Amino acid sequence: MTSPPLQGLLHTEPVVATAGVSLFAEALRDQAVAVAETDWMPPMAGTEAELARVMADPRRAAANALAHARMVAAEASLVDVRPAAQCLGLERGTFLHAGPPIEWARASGPMRGALIGAALFEGLADTPQEAERQLERGAFDLEPCHHRDAVGPMAGVVSPSMWMYELRDEVHDNTSWCSLNEGLGKVLRYGAYGPEVIERLHWMTRVLGPLVQQSVRATGPVDIKGIIAQMLQMGDEGHNRNRAGSLMLLRELLPGLITAQAPASDIAEAVRFSGANEHFFLNVGMPACKLATLAAHGIPGSTIVTTMARNGTDFGIRVSGTGDAWFTGPANTPQGLFLGDYGPEDANPDIGDSAITETGGIGGFAMAAAPAIVKFVGGDVPFALEATQRMYAITQGEHTAYTVPILEFRGTPTGIDVTKVVRTGILPQINTGMAGAVAGTGQVGAGLVTPPQECFPAALTALAVALPD
Amino acid sequence: MDDVTAVYLRSGAYYDSVSLMQVSRTVADTAGVLAAQVAMATELNIEVLTTMGFAIPEGAAANDLVIALRAASVEGLAAGEAAVELALAELRSGPRAGSGGFGSAPAPRTLGAAVKRGEATMALISVPGQHAVTETLDAIEAGVSVMLFSDNVSLEDEIRLKDTAAAAGVLVMGPDCGTALVGGVALGFANVVSAGEVGMVAASGTGAQQVMCLLDAAGVGISHCLGTGGRDLSAAVGGRSTRAALAALADDPNTGRIIVVSKPPDDAVLEEVTAYAAGLGLDVTWAILGPGRQDLTAAVEDFLRHSGIHVPTWPAVLVDVPGRLAAGAEGGGLRGLFCGGTLADEAMLIAQERLGAIYSNIPLRADWALGPELRSAGHVVIDFGDDGLTQGRAHPMIDPSLRLERIAAEAADPTCGVLLLDLVLGHGAHPDPAAELAEAIGSARARAAGDGRSLPVVVSLTGTDRDPQDAARSTQLLAAAGASVLRSNAEATRLALDLLTGVTP
Repeated sequence: MTSPPLQGLLHTEPVVATAGVSLFAEALRDQAVAVAETDWMPPMAGTEAELARVMADPRRAAANALAHARMVAAEASLVDVRPAAQCLGLERGTFLHAGPPIEWARASGPMRGALIGAALFEGLADTPQEAERQLERGAFDLEPCHHRDAVGPMAGVVSPSMWMYELRDEVHDNTSWCSLNEGLGKVLRYGAYGPEVIERLHWMTRVLGPLVQQSVRATGPVDIKGIIAQMLQMGDEGHNRNRAGSLMLLRELLPGLITAQAPASDIAEAVRFSGANEHFFLNVGMPACKLATLAAHGIPGSTIVTTMARNGTDFGIRVSGTGDAWFTGPANTPQGLFLGDYGPEDANPDIGDSAITETGGIGGFAMAAAPAIVKFVGGDVPFALEATQRMYAITQGEHTAYTVPILEFRGTPTGIDVTKVVRTGILPQINTGMAGAVAGTGQVGAGLVTPPQECFPAALTALAVALPD
Repeated sequence: MDDVTAVYLRSGAYYDSVSLMQVSRTVADTAGVLAAQVAMATELNIEVLTTMGFAIPEGAAANDLVIALRAASVEGLAAGEAAVELALAELRSGPRAGSGGFGSAPAPRTLGAAVKRGEATMALISVPGQHAVTETLDAIEAGVSVMLFSDNVSLEDEIRLKDTAAAAGVLVMGPDCGTALVGGVALGFANVVSAGEVGMVAASGTGAQQVMCLLDAAGVGISHCLGTGGRDLSAAVGGRSTRAALAALADDPNTGRIIVVSKPPDDAVLEEVTAYAAGLGLDVTWAILGPGRQDLTAAVEDFLRHSGIHVPTWPAVLVDVPGRLAAGAEGGGLRGLFCGGTLADEAMLIAQERLGAIYSNIPLRADWALGPELRSAGHVVIDFGDDGLTQGRAHPMIDPSLRLERIAAEAADPTCGVLLLDLVLGHGAHPDPAAELAEAIGSARARAAGDGRSLPVVVSLTGTDRDPQDAARSTQLLAAAGASVLRSNAEATRLALDLLTGVTP
């Protein structure tokens, strides 16, 4: 039995979807016909020819479906904690950083501050001035975390002695890494490099890292994807609100910490430190999302975004079908709420690899699951609900594990599609922390931000160029 | 007291041309406002604004909204501005509103999303042509057939769209498809006709409307009318949509005989499609409009005779015709001002046999092409619905202003002998076009009379009495203004020629 011609068009009561002149939709309503009218707007200026070519790529639909399927199927288990020198083979004198590639001359205040702090921490310089001189004359190699399948929040600076969470996706045989979270306030990732910052980093290397390693090795692996799924039911969105996730992670690690071979005072301090940090979870949530996007990367013809990252100067995206090329634009400055006396003039442009959470379908994309976040990043509750719903317009599909209770447990919008961003002009919604613009300041607030628009037409052009003849 | 004008540009505010035309009218009707034009800043619209005497700011791009106002006073200008804001706000509170409530979902922003959310069975696309390919591919990917009203789609893109549709088992009706009737639902510009067993496949919008209205007048109903786009039977496109449409109609138990309305097809394609239709067991009548071929009215009459149905006398109201014919030739040029491209084409084909060269923006021969000013002292037929005159503005069946201006110009032109106009009713068209047209005709005739000329006007009216605008009522309005009104476009054209040349066929 073959299906009727034209999918039964002539045998079914017409229901008409329209795009364009609304008079035609009205004429249909006048005939009592059900109409689904598109709120259509022209695409981003000058993109129509390339859009049509990329849309016509016969590989696109299947490639995007595959990218989405891999993204939601990717697992994320915390399997180990090791120094970056060991797990990433990071050489002395090389620093990883957040975002697309950047050189010292163009680096922002917080990025410079974090690099200075890392040089001090590694003992490559004795004073901040000396570190700055060396960085200025290019004595050290700078490389994006993403180029080593790692991610770093805010400045995201990683040096060889820092300890890293190691996460595995056995389904796609991928590994990702992220540094341990330093807590809030004056911390390296926000560009602070005072003595208390360097001292804390040494304690983390000496005490915290080895303890968490013992715990993970004794009780792990820990199912991070499972925790993300649960935290979204508990009012977190996984980027700027990680309270429930942090407690659940600590709950998983506690038995192993308590039984670790270490002085009870060290264990107590490690537990107190971790429990006091409501972003404790962020540094495992990020590599979990990195594993999801890594699984979706490198599919020819796919227009799905697999990286969004910022270095404090540039915002960069990478796309599944265009390999390792970055498409960048000047990073926007977030709008939001400020700590203490800080104000908008103190904020640095957007920074950090943490937008990997939005790339993987949580963070700003799951804002509806975390209405309380508006007290931290600004906006109101309807905005939080609307933000998630708006993201469905630019994503390939819904997450199968991450769901939003208030949207009837609808899966989070997952898999940003370059063609949909260009067609609708809707930019990905990112929730983020704000670093002070001056090196050494630390965090000044938190807020909402979007990528610069030009990343997406640039990616579209590369997709069009990559089309087979 | 001096007039005051104001011109504003707004970027990031897109509205379709029809909605903006309605806004312009509402604002123009505001007390104190002398002229108003709210439009996207396309080249054509900027030209219109410039001729209206507005200075357009530098850097206006096609995606910018221009608001141009002229008022008798500062107060009038303020009233006009307020009216613009109110009208635009009303547009925004329409279907595009969406997310008013607490967490309610915003309106779909892509056609694919609209198809999925509405569980649509088909899509109707009328976005500007340069965006049409993307939207059509999106709809096909969502698994539905498409009526593609948009024009300015390249031949290469048309073929690609139709191949993609065939692979997905759906139909692309278009591009530049003005008319379709699916399961009794009128899409785009279509008339209210009775249901019946005649299936139509049409490469021409107004041609299809003319045929379905004549069939309706003869008491014959339509099952479906599937559009194909004007180039479908060319050698390049090879009848891709015509075949798909024929196969679907062959499978439809409600469809008996078939009429295919087309421009002259490629001979080889016609042969192949004829064989294909025969293979499906279909009884197909071809209504092909072209040099040396019969007109649409004759094709319909043949179809009726072939089907054993009485051929009626086509409805016509003649105003003062015998007297005029008896008075001899009017002389001067034929001026055919059309909204329907196929109707204009048919008029030219008939007229050139008696008049020779007909100058046009859609000329029968390249050397009969009109220049950009669309003027000639000879015989002229203009299609106001042609691509070149609709970029960034609504089709003349919705927005008749350009044609109404031209009617006034012809009235003042001593070389104009007879005015031949079409009027197409039905869903999608202007809600009451006859009223404005009758007014224009009345003024034109008065103007000509004032100059000591007579100006006969013949209107070819395509419509039915069940159309929202009511063909009978529309006919009365036009006849009262002094126009002869005929339902057959071919008969209307011949009457205009008789009046012009004084020759009774």
